[in-house]
Amino acid sequence: MILELRQVKTNINQFRILEDITFAVPEGQVTVILGRNGAGKTTTLRSIMGLAPPARGQILLDGKALEGLPPHVIARKGVGFVPEDQAVFSALTVGENLRLAMRRRDKAAEARLAFVLDVFPDLKEKLTRKGGGLSGGQKQMLAIGRALVQDNRVLLVDEPSKGLAPIMVEKLAEALRLIRAQTTVVLVEQNFALASAVGGRYVIIDDGRTVREGVLSELEQDRELLRRYLGISTGQRGRAG
Amino acid sequence: MGMATFINLTVNGLSTGMMIFLLASGLSLIFGLMGVLNFAHGSLFMLGGYTGVVVFAHSGSFILALVSAMLVGVSVGWVVERLTVRRVYGNAIAQILITTGVMIVLNELVKAVFGPDIIATPVPPLLAGSWAIGSVILIKYRLFTLAVGLVVAVTVHLLLTKTRLGMVVRAGVENPEMVQALGINIRQVFSLVFAFGAALAALGGVMMAPAVGAVNPDMGLQNQMLAFIVVVIGGMGSFLGSALGSILVGLAGAYTAWFLPEASLAVNVLLMAVVLLLRPNGLFGMGGE
Repeated sequence: MILELRQVKTNINQFRILEDITFAVPEGQVTVILGRNGAGKTTTLRSIMGLAPPARGQILLDGKALEGLPPHVIARKGVGFVPEDQAVFSALTVGENLRLAMRRRDKAAEARLAFVLDVFPDLKEKLTRKGGGLSGGQKQMLAIGRALVQDNRVLLVDEPSKGLAPIMVEKLAEALRLIRAQTTVVLVEQNFALASAVGGRYVIIDDGRTVREGVLSELEQDRELLRRYLGISTGQRGRAG
Repeated sequence: MGMATFINLTVNGLSTGMMIFLLASGLSLIFGLMGVLNFAHGSLFMLGGYTGVVVFAHSGSFILALVSAMLVGVSVGWVVERLTVRRVYGNAIAQILITTGVMIVLNELVKAVFGPDIIATPVPPLLAGSWAIGSVILIKYRLFTLAVGLVVAVTVHLLLTKTRLGMVVRAGVENPEMVQALGINIRQVFSLVFAFGAALAALGGVMMAPAVGAVNPDMGLQNQMLAFIVVVIGGMGSFLGSALGSILVGLAGAYTAWFLPEASLAVNVLLMAVVLLLRPNGLFGMGGE
């Protein structure tokens, strides 16, 4: 397992948001974190990244503790983060957004940049355009691309399909399939169709606790679990690639 | 007002604007990047003025005075950030209280060493006097401050737009958390920007001293008020906004001083109010750019 969370508890402004998060992420797969709004999915990613440091528990990357480390050190250890709001730097050009993320300018970094521009050809045409001038879908591509130009071992992606048009969600699913061949992905996603199109394993979080984990293909058959924790009934799954 | 007077007032206004710009640009960058409203910033301007006076009196070199003031600014800024401001990031009330405390301590220290009275500051001999072009009289020192201000503005602009550090600062102004998540130690960048802003403020102070003919312990506070107006007009965190705001404030002050001297501060406050009504984020603030 490349990433493990053990009994993670996280408080935000004196409120306990994560009560007991425990799961493991296998290398080279997409693990999808599912759950209703307010379940603690985003806080889980932010805790891994050190942006919402856990009050208790362990977070291990390759068996080494991440908890207590500042976010920039966690990032340098190979954890990439694509937040829910994309956080593209609007005053920087697309090229600058990507270059800012590149820690070195060696051949490997240039190869990763080339990969990103292959996966997201829209970005290639807009390298000199300001990040703020991109569409929602393009911003999402840039946010993911920015994390990919880094030599990350694990990529944390928070609700990438939020607010995107269906055509963009399909493109996103295609991109995530390409990305999972390069790096381990932990994906928070409300769009179950997208999650099941790209994911291998799932973790369900409810009320700050891990309540279930397993293989996504099995979850798709479990209507009761889908209804109880995700509020999904059959026929609500939509399309995503 | 004849053309000669208009040109003189314009040069004086631009020159004053450039000195205010040195104070305001650091204030704006520190607020934009770190969210810290630094009430001690004017004291660094004042410290720069006193450092310049002392070094110039002992060495006779104005260049050495400029460099020494900047070094004192960097050093004091670095220490202030490390010892005080760093402990209260994210807590606006604590920041205001602690930076106000630092301002009082620095001002009282200067009073303890130099006394509360003004100290006359002559213009360096090489920069004294004026050039007459027809009926227009251009004061050499004013032109010098204008030139230094322009060089600093262009240099900092290039630093911000053409270097990786500048890219980090611009990104940090927008979203410091995301900058950290990309593996960049934003705390180090905070320290650097704070110290750099302090150096610019100190440079402003040492250049202002001969322009007004004296230093006094309250000079920082007096000019800080103008700098705050500039930052609000230009937009918090915008370097370009600080430059434009400083020029507007400098010119408005100079022209008003000719017609109605007692209204020169009031006109700047009025200018700020008009800009805020039209563009609540300032001329180049986030959301207004």
